[in-house]
Amino acid sequence: MTPFFSVLAVFSLLSILAVGGGAAVIPEMKALTVGAAPWITADQFGQIYSLGQLAPGPNMLMVSVIGFHVAGASGALAALLGFFVPSGVITFLVGRVWDRYADNPWRAAIARGLGPLTVGLILAGAWSLAKTVMAGHGPLPYAVSVVVALILLRVKINPVFLILAGGLTTWIASALHVLPT
Amino acid sequence: MTSDAAAATAKLLPVVSLAEIFRAFLVLGATSFGGGVVAYLREALVVRKHWLDDETFLAGLELSQILPGLNATNMSVYVGERLRGLPGAVVACLGMMLPGTLVVMTLGVVLTGGGRMLDVSTVLIGVGAAAVGLLLETTWKIGRPVIRQFSDVAIIAVTFVAIAVFKISLVMVLPVIGPIAIWIHRPRREQRA
Repeated sequence: MTPFFSVLAVFSLLSILAVGGGAAVIPEMKALTVGAAPWITADQFGQIYSLGQLAPGPNMLMVSVIGFHVAGASGALAALLGFFVPSGVITFLVGRVWDRYADNPWRAAIARGLGPLTVGLILAGAWSLAKTVMAGHGPLPYAVSVVVALILLRVKINPVFLILAGGLTTWIASALHVLPT
Repeated sequence: MTSDAAAATAKLLPVVSLAEIFRAFLVLGATSFGGGVVAYLREALVVRKHWLDDETFLAGLELSQILPGLNATNMSVYVGERLRGLPGAVVACLGMMLPGTLVVMTLGVVLTGGGRMLDVSTVLIGVGAAAVGLLLETTWKIGRPVIRQFSDVAIIAVTFVAIAVFKISLVMVLPVIGPIAIWIHRPRREQRA
């Protein structure tokens, strides 16, 4: 299989597995891009995900960078098509008939049942990401996570400022030689 | 077209051109940050532009959350489809994705590509740590209203342990836990009446 189709296949699978959104699929994405076919290292995966947080819009556009590492511009395109087209097509098709099931009791049952599943998946995504980006750098990154979460729960603020502040914090710590790397 | 049908159509579909849809989603794609795209969408589409009513928006959000894919792009597809069918869905989704893709590709190629121009790895540690904090807040916000009985906690715990501890693939986890989670909340006869 050419690199283009390998990337397309992996991200298409991730697309239909992404119940609960992008964060829910982080562990699987890491397993498939770092573990199975070692396209990138675990460090690169963490860095690329982090970079994605600095871009506006949907938070998984960074799949294009993973694709780029595999096969250049065509790999980036394959990752974007793979990750966003299958779920988009499903939403398009179901969206057209969604109103017809407005009063179907199963609609509420599915939404209610998938709620806790989604929470478990996002929690596993956060765990996977935490191990990838924070392990081995001392206590500071953990403190940054907790402080960011607490601020967001208490204050209405655009998260991008906290994300930039987090980056600034570890950069300064590193410059002062107090951040183990 | 009968006047009834015309009225119904007028209620559901304001006349919006493809260019307007693309422009609106391009702005949303360029200005929404940190996974909070849904709030921006509602503000722009329901409150300011009146392209959708709240009921339609919430129905779309429920759909976006149930189906695979990101809320932001699923909502773009849903809203675009409502307004202008398939072309509407395509331009809405493209508009939503374009600005962020350009930014992340520029950053990614410059910073993590081959000839590393400057080392930002220490910045990215903090960025990633803050992103984890953002996910924790998201988990808390989604989780609090969801947890209403013991089985909800059990589903969260089993899902987390299966993936984080036992490293079981989603290919196995979703088809097993998904139907169980839905079955627990299956419609009861008395609710159906």
